[in-house]
Amino acid sequence: MAQVAIEARGVSKWFGEGETRTVAVHDVSFEAKFGEILYVVGPSGSGKTTLLSLVSGILRPNEGTVAIEGVDIWKLADNALADFRLNRIGFVFQDFHLFPRLTTAENVALPLFLKKRDWDQSIAEARKYLEIVGLKNRADLPPVKLSGGEQQRVAIARAIISSPDILIMDEPTASLDGDTGRNIVSFVRNNILNDKRCIVVVTHDARISEFADRTLLMEDGKLKGIEKGNTHA
Amino acid sequence: MRIAAYWSQTVRGILRIAYKLLVNDRAKFAALLVGITFAVFLMVQMTSLFAGVLFRASATVVNVGASIWVMDPAVQTVASSIPMPDYMLDAVRSVEGVKYAVPISSGSGLAKLRDGTYQAVNVVGLDDATLFGRPGLLQGDIRDIYADNGFLVVKDSEFSKLENPKVGTDFEINNHRGVIVGIAQVASSGLFGIPTLYTTFTRALEYLPQQSFTISYILVEPKSQNDVARIKSAVGRLGYLALTKQEFMSQISRFYMYQTGLGLNLLLMTIMSFVVGLSISGQTFYTFVLENLEKFGALKAIGAKGYELVYMILFQAGFTALTGYGLGVGICAGLLFSAKLKVPDYAAVITFPILALAFVMVLIIAGISSYIGVRKVLRIEPFDIFRG
Ligand SMILES: Nc1ncnc2c1ncn2[C@@H]1O[C@H](COP(=O)(O)OP(=O)(O)O)[C@@H](O)[C@H]1O
Ligand SMILES: [Mg+2]
Repeated sequence: MAQVAIEARGVSKWFGEGETRTVAVHDVSFEAKFGEILYVVGPSGSGKTTLLSLVSGILRPNEGTVAIEGVDIWKLADNALADFRLNRIGFVFQDFHLFPRLTTAENVALPLFLKKRDWDQSIAEARKYLEIVGLKNRADLPPVKLSGGEQQRVAIARAIISSPDILIMDEPTASLDGDTGRNIVSFVRNNILNDKRCIVVVTHDARISEFADRTLLMEDGKLKGIEKGNTHA
Repeated sequence: MRIAAYWSQTVRGILRIAYKLLVNDRAKFAALLVGITFAVFLMVQMTSLFAGVLFRASATVVNVGASIWVMDPAVQTVASSIPMPDYMLDAVRSVEGVKYAVPISSGSGLAKLRDGTYQAVNVVGLDDATLFGRPGLLQGDIRDIYADNGFLVVKDSEFSKLENPKVGTDFEINNHRGVIVGIAQVASSGLFGIPTLYTTFTRALEYLPQQSFTISYILVEPKSQNDVARIKSAVGRLGYLALTKQEFMSQISRFYMYQTGLGLNLLLMTIMSFVVGLSISGQTFYTFVLENLEKFGALKAIGAKGYELVYMILFQAGFTALTGYGLGVGICAGLLFSAKLKVPDYAAVITFPILALAFVMVLIIAGISSYIGVRKVLRIEPFDIFRG
């Protein structure tokens, strides 16, 4: 029996009040388990990013609870929650968000600096992770010198350098061409996923559907269903 | 100690990142430095020039060194003395608490040099009996001041205007012959760019055209500090003014500060340099923060705490401020130094209060600039970054 990594119970999120109120996520419950890649798919504006933020401690839900490895994360104080994210969750943003004025290795090492680790050790660690994602020779370049696919791999290296239990990826292939996108997700599936890790991927890229274990279908902020494998996406 | 350890162990990494973000953005870092350096330079330059002028304006007061100066109440600066009647000397001498009182005269004349050219000079006449207020001599014997036509010349930056006279060099003042009998040294040279000669009070009277009154100032030494107040009020009752050395110097400073427009100009320049520095640096720092804002937001999502981002911003602002301050003061000191090589009399001094004032100004600029950045960074929502 796989352990539960994320447990969302009845989470809702709306923006604005009265006339202008938009319900982005409405009463969604699901579980994500260790050892699986869980996809969240659905049309644009269906609440995928919002849901991801609610369950990863980025955005506070209006209703419902989120437990990660049994910890009710929205009961944590702000700084404790920041520490929780730093230690347990890795984020891969859609548009990478790498600092252009830092080297690739320094970008990757950022979470370690936030963890107050020694500079040289952190850079050495970053080089190791860059090697894991196949960018050994790019460590000292600024990210802008890298291709889109390479930058995405830098972002992945940054997300996993502190060995998070949970990896959150929002549209990781959106800014990549088809083959590169497939290669990235395939790489994540084969090299990053393990029994002690849970990966949640928001996507509407059909070309990478084969790498999902289960898929959440979102529509209009509601969860329409959960499917095994890769039928949708 | 604990704070130092805390900083070095716990925040070193992110501060180093902050540093790299700052200096690796060469163009902005340069613009920031230019802004602050320029402001500091402008301010220190103006105020030190001003301080120099003020200090010079009191040169005679410093050099003569008397404790109390008695003068006409309308006197505003030491250079513009208003002669007092001779009976005042006796009157002051008989005031209780006066140890001694001597006259001094200060006037200007035209010296005709050996080559036939004329040079304006300042002539100080020292009390014949005591020579009170005399300068230290580099060459010659002070007793020779009593010899026929004897003058001392001050070896300051104006010395060369008398064609570098030696002991024995002669010249004319108002058709009277003068001979240099000694070369003197003083602590502070005057503001007005003319050479200074010393002679006896009697000879000064003889050589310079006189009005009916002859005494410029009466220099007083009190028996003790406690007598100062009594002397001042006694002199006041005689219709004249007695000021201590410090009071006289402040009065001269106040005159230049408030009566000449110098002070107002200084204030305007200081405000201007502040505004220039603030607008260049504030603006640039703001763009700098804006440009990195999304990345700071991403850092927040990853797990950076608000205060850590604040440290980063403050560090960047502080580092820029200190570097710009150092550069500004350094350039200013360098320029003053080279100006003094060329114009030995260049009246400017960088004093500690000026440095402190400039430092405060820089801190305010950095504070305001980073305040805006800090607000932005604290407000950025990781969710907005996430949504792209
Ligand atoms: N900060 C916000 N303010 C107002 N509406 C928002 C905000 N964030 C998201 N929304 C709305 O919530 C809905 C879901 O958005 P999102 O989660 O980004 O969808 P998806 O990721 O599936 O494209 C959209 O209608 C969007 O306009
Ligand atoms: Mg989205």
